[in-house]
Amino acid sequence: MNINLTLIGQLLTFVVFVWFTMKYVWTPIMGALEERRKGIADGLAAGERGQHEQELAEGRAKQLLHDAKGQASDILAQAQKRASEIVDEAKVNARVEGDRILTAARSEIEQEANRAREQLRERVAALAIAGAEKILRKEINADTHQDIVNSLAKEI
Amino acid sequence: MTGDTLTSSEYIKHHLTNLTYGNLPAGNYCDGHQVVTDPGWQLAGCGEAAKAMGFSAIHLDTMFWSITLGVLFLYLFKKAADAVTTGIPGGLQNFVEWIMEFIDQSVRGSFSSRNDMVAPLSLTIFVWIFLMNLMDLVPVDVIPAISQLLGIHFMKVVPTTDPNATFGMAIGVFILVIFYSIKIKGIGGFVGELTLQPFSSANPLVNALFIPINFILEFVSLIAKPVSLALRLFGNMYAGEMIFILIAIMYSAGTFMGLFGGVLQLGWAIFHILIITLQAFIFMTLTIVYLDMAHHEH
Repeated sequence: MNINLTLIGQLLTFVVFVWFTMKYVWTPIMGALEERRKGIADGLAAGERGQHEQELAEGRAKQLLHDAKGQASDILAQAQKRASEIVDEAKVNARVEGDRILTAARSEIEQEANRAREQLRERVAALAIAGAEKILRKEINADTHQDIVNSLAKEI
Repeated sequence: MTGDTLTSSEYIKHHLTNLTYGNLPAGNYCDGHQVVTDPGWQLAGCGEAAKAMGFSAIHLDTMFWSITLGVLFLYLFKKAADAVTTGIPGGLQNFVEWIMEFIDQSVRGSFSSRNDMVAPLSLTIFVWIFLMNLMDLVPVDVIPAISQLLGIHFMKVVPTTDPNATFGMAIGVFILVIFYSIKIKGIGGFVGELTLQPFSSANPLVNALFIPINFILEFVSLIAKPVSLALRLFGNMYAGEMIFILIAIMYSAGTFMGLFGGVLQLGWAIFHILIITLQAFIFMTLTIVYLDMAHHEH
């Protein structure tokens, strides 16, 4: 446990080590740390900015979506209205058309019936005449009594 | 154990003797093992011869281990500094940055002025002392046994158990404290700090009477800084080393004692991990505090 030249040696070694650390170790590493800290701070700021922008964009998108939804529902309502109008129109048209067809059919039926009646009348008249002819063969001339036969047929 | 013929006290003495190279005066040393007729620089053969060398001697083992460990520290940190990247750090850089951030935090916490030298100084002190203390955890006989094979008879592997090493650093710190005291406060301010407080008086005559009292008080407290710094570290490490040596003696006292000693050594080594770190940290923190005081007017 003697104090001797080792003391001076240790002191000098210490000084050299401190100088070396200061010059070649501390300064570059601390510089890099500082730079990285700055980089991280910048990155964080950029991230925050990005987030803010994203929030704004989200708001805009929400607004757009809202508008679009409104428009869509408007369009939908219009379309529904139009559709019901079309249906109504079609119903009316159909009824009118049905009525028309019905009327036409009725009148045709009537005409048919009239025609049939006419034919029937003519047939009956013919039959009556034929009958009368058979009965009256010689006494009655078809040409002479035509108007009587006709008035008879009309009465049927 | 270096040999079966050693007694316990010889074993302890052997472990506490530095490998000393110095100017040995003529004489008969070491029970006649080292007879010197021509005084000159040579290795001391025993503690007695080392003592006879006086101041003109140097502890080769202390110098070797402290410089080796310091160079190891600087090599690792320089390597990290050369490959330093601001991007994603690698393993070594991570480790180095972790230590440096820790030192930087400590310095920022205790040192309020601006001085670019304090932080690197603290880093050097902390890591260097830590590495030197760490040698204490190497089993006490391993390195001496290896050096014995190489023909070196004395080998103290823990530089901080040598007061020369701790005082060397403490004096380095002390010189800085005085340098910055004078640089910041001027010679007048520094002398005033030593003589005009803690007692002062408005009366110039009484004040003059106070000067010697103040000087004695302040001078003692000034000198106490490096002495306490050096002795605290030395005392802790020396005592720790001593306990390791005492435990190592148990290995030669039979199987049971040997096993018991093994358990004790493990326990003490684990506890010592705390001490070596703590002592390195205390030395660093006190250095920062002393330098901070040197930068401030009272």
